[in-house]
Amino acid sequence: MNESKYAVILVYSTSHVMRIERMLIQQNIECKLIPVPRQLSSDCGLCLRFLLADKEKVVKCLNNVQIEIQGIFEI
Amino acid sequence: MIYFDNSATSFPKPPCVAEAMAKFMNEIGANPGRSGHRLAIESGRIVYSAREAVAELFRMADPMRIVFTSNVTEALNLALNGLLKAGDHVITSSMEHNSMMRPLRCLEQKGIELTVVPCSQQGTLDPGEIESAIRSNTVMIALNHASNVVGTILPIEKIGQIARKHDLLLLVDAAQTAGVLSIDMEKDGIDLLGFTGHKSLYGPMGTGGLLIGERVDLEKFEPIKCGGTGSRSEQEQQPEFLPDKFESGTPNALGLAGLNASVHWILERGVDQIRSHEIQLTQRLLDGLNSISGVSIYGVQHAEQQIATISFNIRDKSPSEIGLRLDEEFGILCRVGLHCSPASHKTIGTFPAGTVRFGLGFFNTADEVDFAIAAIRKLIKEVR
Repeated sequence: MNESKYAVILVYSTSHVMRIERMLIQQNIECKLIPVPRQLSSDCGLCLRFLLADKEKVVKCLNNVQIEIQGIFEI
Repeated sequence: MIYFDNSATSFPKPPCVAEAMAKFMNEIGANPGRSGHRLAIESGRIVYSAREAVAELFRMADPMRIVFTSNVTEALNLALNGLLKAGDHVITSSMEHNSMMRPLRCLEQKGIELTVVPCSQQGTLDPGEIESAIRSNTVMIALNHASNVVGTILPIEKIGQIARKHDLLLLVDAAQTAGVLSIDMEKDGIDLLGFTGHKSLYGPMGTGGLLIGERVDLEKFEPIKCGGTGSRSEQEQQPEFLPDKFESGTPNALGLAGLNASVHWILERGVDQIRSHEIQLTQRLLDGLNSISGVSIYGVQHAEQQIATISFNIRDKSPSEIGLRLDEEFGILCRVGLHCSPASHKTIGTFPAGTVRFGLGFFNTADEVDFAIAAIRKLIKEVR
């Protein structure tokens, strides 16, 4: 019942989150830039939300670029 | 009015540039990368889009390796001051703009060794002479892509091969060529490329950047300014990742909105189409000026081997007098004198008086070139 529907990718820089967003869109993975949820923290204030069901695809995508991420968090 | 000063700053710009900038000022306005609200996201997207467009133009795989600066001068200063240490040897040419020469001369005072390889009187450079100048402590070859005085294109690809062979970094000043000559970071063997937005990229002033290739050791590359990046705010130390390491302070998002529009405009047209138009105009101007006795043209005088920048003098007249009369009597706007490049004028033999320079651009026409040739013919007749 408490199962999360979404997860977010937290990164260190707006440029990075924009790059990841572009990649996910190219892979037809549904995603949205949102302000970082209160329980998490990130400097650039932005994170990328995606459907938890797509997590495997997202991780695969992230492995293809040299962008350091803060982590993936379920929300 | 005929605008022949595109080598200094291109004008006019494609209408989409001012439109994008007005939209940014009127509808977006927020700080990119500093907040999470919708306008900050929109602003961040524009800056990111500009980054991707520049990456596509120069065939750079990773857009994060593009650092935006206020112009090419800042980009060259970053590359030179950030990477060179006392005891390092650098090779440059005798056709450099002061944006390259002055930071190098400044570093020379701080213990960097500099070799200025002489170019021919036409501004050409023999790659063999670059190779001969390499020493055991050489770390970088730093060159312009094309002369801002006579337009001569340097053989960057060949010099890139030499740089790779000897494991040196190649820094290229693409101030005059970005957007008009095809540039491929990998194929041309370029490690660091400085560009400016307001010339042949047809963007606004206050935009430019440095592309940092994969061979550059980021750990040994020091920023020349530190400050807020909107990232890693818990740290008092500068972040190490790109582009933030070198992009401190609120960026010129307004300018980058314009640059984003102008680079997309170039990508839609294709660099080859722009180049082809400029070659036609250049050859027409060269042929016309060559047919007038009393005109001395400098450089290679071959449209395929130069960009659309033509320097000349008229017998018994000073460049400044010609410039003033072209403006006042014919409405032709150009630039006379030394063009911030004393080294080039010494090389071509026109120091200290300089030359009259016509810098053509994509928006110039054959009719304008013909009008200018006729104007020069009239001025010459008076001399006789």
